[in-house]
Amino acid sequence: MEQNVIMNPDGTQEYFVNMGPQHPSTHGVLRLVLTLNGEIIEKVEPHLGYIHRSIEKMCEKDNYRQVIHLTDRMDYLSAHMNNHAVCLAIENGLDVEVPDRAVVIRVIMDELTRISSHTLWWGVMGMDLGAITSFLYGFRDHEYITEIFEETCGARLTMNYNVPGGVMFDLHPNFVQKTKDFIAEFKRKLPEYDTLLSNNVIFLERTKGVGILSKEMAISYGVTGPAGRASGFANDVRKHEPYSNYDKLDFKEILYTEGDTFHRYKARIDEMWESIKIIEQLIDNIPEGDFQAKTRKVIKLPKGEFYQKVETARGELGVFIVSDGKMNPYRMKFRSPGFSNLSALNEMAKGGKIADLVATMSTLDLVVPDIDR
Amino acid sequence: MTNEELIKTISDWFPNVEFTEEGSQFLNVIVPKDSILEVAQKLKAEVSTSLDYMFSLTCVDWPDHFQMIYHLKSSEIGHMLVLKVKLEDKENPEVETLCNTFKTADFHEREVYDLFGVKFLNHPDLRRLFLTDDWVGHPLRKDYVDEINIVSS
Repeated sequence: MEQNVIMNPDGTQEYFVNMGPQHPSTHGVLRLVLTLNGEIIEKVEPHLGYIHRSIEKMCEKDNYRQVIHLTDRMDYLSAHMNNHAVCLAIENGLDVEVPDRAVVIRVIMDELTRISSHTLWWGVMGMDLGAITSFLYGFRDHEYITEIFEETCGARLTMNYNVPGGVMFDLHPNFVQKTKDFIAEFKRKLPEYDTLLSNNVIFLERTKGVGILSKEMAISYGVTGPAGRASGFANDVRKHEPYSNYDKLDFKEILYTEGDTFHRYKARIDEMWESIKIIEQLIDNIPEGDFQAKTRKVIKLPKGEFYQKVETARGELGVFIVSDGKMNPYRMKFRSPGFSNLSALNEMAKGGKIADLVATMSTLDLVVPDIDR
Repeated sequence: MTNEELIKTISDWFPNVEFTEEGSQFLNVIVPKDSILEVAQKLKAEVSTSLDYMFSLTCVDWPDHFQMIYHLKSSEIGHMLVLKVKLEDKENPEVETLCNTFKTADFHEREVYDLFGVKFLNHPDLRRLFLTDDWVGHPLRKDYVDEINIVSS
């Protein structure tokens, strides 16, 4: 940018401000170019690609088993769900029946991931608005789940636990007890979240009525997940296009109509309660049996196209595989939730104050590797 | 609407489109290149179809053509279909932009432009999205030469 101030004909000035790529509230390397009129935002223009690794191109060179671990590296806070999506797409193509035990394990893992992702988001959102306490509280609970994952999957962040046909290992003997302990503990902790932020006057002032996204715009921009549902766009994949055994579980789809920063926040808090409900329904009823169906060593999908949607912590992840019958995908596309959610940031922030941008952005819960892929 | 009803409704409006369900879980609608904008606008605007949510937009590089693939869903009714457009000109692929109909197409089309080199006519801001402006070539094309060997094994 050669010029960072533009004189308007009416005598006002437009400023350009670079936010990022190294900015604490972008949680990664994302650069926003803001066009400002005083402290009012006229335009937000995201510049992407700082961590673009061309995962889609890598997939074309890899076989179907090797593809799965790459998806961990997209939205690393929803690693289980990303793996789950790819595995479901492959299983669809192969027509493999996943054992009940693996189905239940996958759903419990998904919901634990959702809680861990939301706790981290909650802590970081508080920090973005200047509250350090919430950051420590959020990480405390996130850490507990990470340890549960570590015991069973051997990794804390990029778990790579799902494989075509089931999961890679059986559950660790401590898993059930530890998960129950966590849920019992977390049910006491979650009301603290409300005390700290949800009912905090300063927080409410900063978030209510800020960064509004209408339902029509949410649909048009493809804003999914809690961010879309706060605007009234009913798009929970678990409800509308159920996969695994979500159709047999009792949980609510959280919907609000206000579409402001506060309700995007509230949708995530409520979602954590729903995830607790799901885990409680399953944790005592994990079926015995195999944790993995037998699949061939070299997977070849039949010619055709396979699309699988999964609800990650950020929204709808789509995995699109085009197969030409060989052992690696001809084309693989990941429709990542963060990418579409970010595209609506301009719509939300336009006309608002620059100070509100950080709050708005943190309720989108952006994970930059998920956007850049 | 079921797929049969969709086929009937859409073929009444556009006699020049073709339908197939082979090798895909969705109803595939093959649209001539020049009428994609018109078809997408009509499918979104009509109450009976109201396909207002584009959940994916992508491109596939086939040996003799590029194929644009648009996944659409109706947020009210819940039915889904796929629009497909064949771009025969491999040297200079061009297609009309849909970003005035579906806002999400703005970023997705910039991504396809960046990685496949498909030009979207009348797109308001067609620039590379991920790669730098001086990058040579379009990495997701099959004939892309990966000189520094980042991806290929």
